[in-house]
Amino acid sequence: MENKIDWISLLLYALILVFGWLNIYAACYDESHAAVFDFSTKHGKQIIWIGISLLFALGITLISPKVFSQGAYLIYFAMLGLLVVTLFVASVTKGGQSWIDFGSFKLQPSEFAKFATALALAKYMSAPDIDYRQNRTKLLSWTIILIPAVLILLQHDTGSALVFAGFIFPLYREGLSPKILVIGLVAIVLFVVALLVNRFIIVGALLLCGLFYLFVWLNKRTRKHYIWVTVALLACSLYTFSVDFAFQNILQPHQRDRIYVLLGKTTDTKGTGYNVYQSKIAIGSGSVFGKGFLNGTITKADFVPEQETDFIFCTVGEEWGFFGSVAVIALYVMLLLRLVTLAERQYSRFSRFYGYSVVSILFIHVFINVGMVLGLLPVIGIPLPFFSYGGSSLMAFTILLFIFLRQDQERTKPI
Amino acid sequence: MVYCTYNKPAIFLEQRNTHCQNHKRAVSRNQFQERSMVIRIIIVAVAIIFVIRLAFLQLFDNTYRKLADQQALRTVTQFPARGLIYDRNGKLLVYNEAVYDLMVIPKMTKHLDTNLFCKTLGISLDDFNARMEKACKYSSYSPSIFMKQVSKEEYGAWQSHLYKFHGFYVQKRTLRIYDRPIAAHVLGYVGEVDQADIDNDRYYHQGDYIGKSGLEKSYETVLRGIKGKKVMHVDVHNREIGPYKNGSMDTMAVEGGNLYTTIDADLQEYAEELMANKRGCIVAIEPSTGEVLTLASAPTYDPNLLVGRIRGENYMMLQRDISKPLFNRALQAQYPPGSIFKVAQAMTALDLGVITPSTGFPCDKSLVGCHNHPSARNVQEAIKMSCNPYFYFTYRRIIQQNKYKNIYRDSPYGLTVWHDYMQRFGFGTRLPIDLPNVKSGNIPDTNYYNRWYGAGKWAFSTIYSNSIGQGEVEVVPLQMANLACIVANRGYYITPHLVRFYGPDSTRNDEFYTRHETGIPAKYFEIAANGMYDVVHTAGGTARRANIPDIDVCGKTGTAQNIGYDHSVFISFAPKDNPKIAVAVYVENAPGGGGYWAAPIASLIIEKYIRGHVTRTDLEKYYHDAAPCQKLPLTRISKKKKK
Repeated sequence: MENKIDWISLLLYALILVFGWLNIYAACYDESHAAVFDFSTKHGKQIIWIGISLLFALGITLISPKVFSQGAYLIYFAMLGLLVVTLFVASVTKGGQSWIDFGSFKLQPSEFAKFATALALAKYMSAPDIDYRQNRTKLLSWTIILIPAVLILLQHDTGSALVFAGFIFPLYREGLSPKILVIGLVAIVLFVVALLVNRFIIVGALLLCGLFYLFVWLNKRTRKHYIWVTVALLACSLYTFSVDFAFQNILQPHQRDRIYVLLGKTTDTKGTGYNVYQSKIAIGSGSVFGKGFLNGTITKADFVPEQETDFIFCTVGEEWGFFGSVAVIALYVMLLLRLVTLAERQYSRFSRFYGYSVVSILFIHVFINVGMVLGLLPVIGIPLPFFSYGGSSLMAFTILLFIFLRQDQERTKPI
Repeated sequence: MVYCTYNKPAIFLEQRNTHCQNHKRAVSRNQFQERSMVIRIIIVAVAIIFVIRLAFLQLFDNTYRKLADQQALRTVTQFPARGLIYDRNGKLLVYNEAVYDLMVIPKMTKHLDTNLFCKTLGISLDDFNARMEKACKYSSYSPSIFMKQVSKEEYGAWQSHLYKFHGFYVQKRTLRIYDRPIAAHVLGYVGEVDQADIDNDRYYHQGDYIGKSGLEKSYETVLRGIKGKKVMHVDVHNREIGPYKNGSMDTMAVEGGNLYTTIDADLQEYAEELMANKRGCIVAIEPSTGEVLTLASAPTYDPNLLVGRIRGENYMMLQRDISKPLFNRALQAQYPPGSIFKVAQAMTALDLGVITPSTGFPCDKSLVGCHNHPSARNVQEAIKMSCNPYFYFTYRRIIQQNKYKNIYRDSPYGLTVWHDYMQRFGFGTRLPIDLPNVKSGNIPDTNYYNRWYGAGKWAFSTIYSNSIGQGEVEVVPLQMANLACIVANRGYYITPHLVRFYGPDSTRNDEFYTRHETGIPAKYFEIAANGMYDVVHTAGGTARRANIPDIDVCGKTGTAQNIGYDHSVFISFAPKDNPKIAVAVYVENAPGGGGYWAAPIASLIIEKYIRGHVTRTDLEKYYHDAAPCQKLPLTRISKKKKK
């Protein structure tokens, strides 16, 4: 018996695609190039990309999902090879070296590395004898994640590399200790606080917290408690003191500036903070109902750089207002929640793991992109899935999604 | 732990079960199902944070909206053309000429043939480079003025090559053009607003133009029109993209209203020609309507000098000129009136009843001097011969009315009565003419003398010089012409004014139609008119030179003493019955008396106006060329520099 493809996900995908294209059209809109099918413009090119992506989607639904489960490692290593090749032949675009030039168009292999890694990790994690509690499993699974991440980092594409952190979610779903989420959260909080507050005050506060936990919170104290609290305090203090060093020596200057701007330590609306400042103006000026389609004064006048790619959400905020922005966020939330539901109904561990990978890759993109545009996160250049202008990302996200939808369609058949 | 929660065909269930049995931990494979909820919560929580943030940006904070408008919208002002000014016969006095501000966007200039560019504009390469540098300094992307107010001719030559000059374009502006170089003091001039103007009226912004003097100033709100605005959408480089909201926020400029003045351009020109080489002024009024026909102040200047790029330089030149060409003598010079003042004294005394039309006084020259003439036997003869002792006695009767025994109380009483009469003649008050900066002259009252001498310390003997228009009395030439109007009208005047109506609705000012009565019976003015007729026409009259064949001119001469040579004064109207024109002529430092200088000039004006041409060409030529006084350098500012 043949199941139908999940039409809810398909509908949400189509809605996001159409609304995204409308906003690219508005962002590039120019009276002299108003024609929809003008392929010299970005909105015209995006139509081509959408067409190609839909062809890919159709292709995926026609072939057996087994192609991807069986060929997962093959695809993974092929992508790794492509990433290595990219390192050598890449043309430098916007400070990154992640593009391979094919004459008339450019390809960004890092976009495709995401679904390849998801497939490989899913394949590895669904092996019958895998137990995530074994150290060997942990090591290998993180190796699968980190190899492409490091290769992408070498291409100076920090944003795409950061996306690989999203694999924490499927791993967590399959048994990764929740402690790692808590530790990650504490690390981020401490990092931010360490940049803002004197380090000795932080250590003092940590000490107080530890004492409170030991002598007020706990009723019974064992030796084990004392040891763990001491270790945790020492680790946190060491981390706090090393933040400054890491911040100054590991991060690049523009990344430092972006973080400082976000934390309000520098207010530079002309230089580093320009993007976010203009983005906030564009969104803020949209008010409740927005200025109307094609009527955005800030986005139409090129005030926001990268507004059709990474800052596309500005156009939504300005022209469609609060309601439009909330609608876009709602579309993504619905799609993500739907995909979680789909992942949960898979019979095979492979499909479930892959489903969660799709959810987390999309989620990380939306989270970082919208957070950046709204001025909640530092500026990290990654696209809004299905929405931003760009062929590679659109094709890669479509392939990512449709491989999963295809698996869902055939969930009752053995992989 | 439940392994299969979904309805599945049994065959697969079976298959799955065998699969499970083969592996030890098969049952625990889906053991973290509850963690899906944690992931769902994280997704929803992030979405909620975003929505809250959006609400703060878009709903609760409107500063972003303002910032957006500030940087993406530019309001371009549409300047309306200033109203035109016509004379009483419909001749155009002032109009606008299009000039062009040459604009440049430095970033857009390329492959410029600088040699050709400089040649067509007539500037040197150094000048070009300096201007270009200034423009670049302001902004590379937005337009700035390369050259101000390029004339039509220069623009024409340059325009034919415009297609070669990328990055340059022109912005149209208007300049005032004066068809004839006349009436500079009446028309006034237009200049850039200063800070005080901007503070006073929010209509103005830096760089706007405003009427600075004359009619341009007093009718500024009519002439300026209403500025329009165009809201343009600009991009990040400050380049205009197009109209904002398809121009729905724009307003059209409303053109300035026209002024239809009472000035007779031909007469004005003639008066200015006659006053060449002299200092003084001519004021001519139509008595029945109060319409000012001519208001000439000499020396004058070509109003075209104060227009455009040359304005600043010329203004400095005129201001430094020792003969004060910028000073409007007709309204601002406060002169002693001299003997013309006697007409008002005679009317006052007759109305008070202190003399009768047939009262005579001996010309005894005891306290005030006089020329040689027989004693006046009545008022008419006194006016004709301008007898100083006669009006000394008359003034004594006005001031000393014997209401009080004590002369120090009697004189103030008489002075108060007299002061009231003088005000009814328009003296000592600011005549509400529609030009700015009119002086009131001075008619002393009791307070004035009390301040000078102290209360109770002055009497008639202190102030008798007033009787013959000397002493503390000061009169503005406009008021002198107005006195002629009062006699011509036999007892009233209408506010002198320069504009009949203005604007698209032909608005009229009611003030200019009200009669100001002196309250003195017309029969007494008939005596004055007769006396003034005799001045010109009978033997012993002081202004025989003002006689025009076929026209009954009535006049009164004055010779005003002052530091330096006497001023020559003459007021007149004609014809005697149903007068058409009243003229006051004041020539500064012109020895020979009122009859020698002012009277013939006034008669030439009258003849020119009534007859349309002058028959007495010898007289015309003589007074045209004559210069009464060489003490001060006289400059007739001519059109030597234009633009």
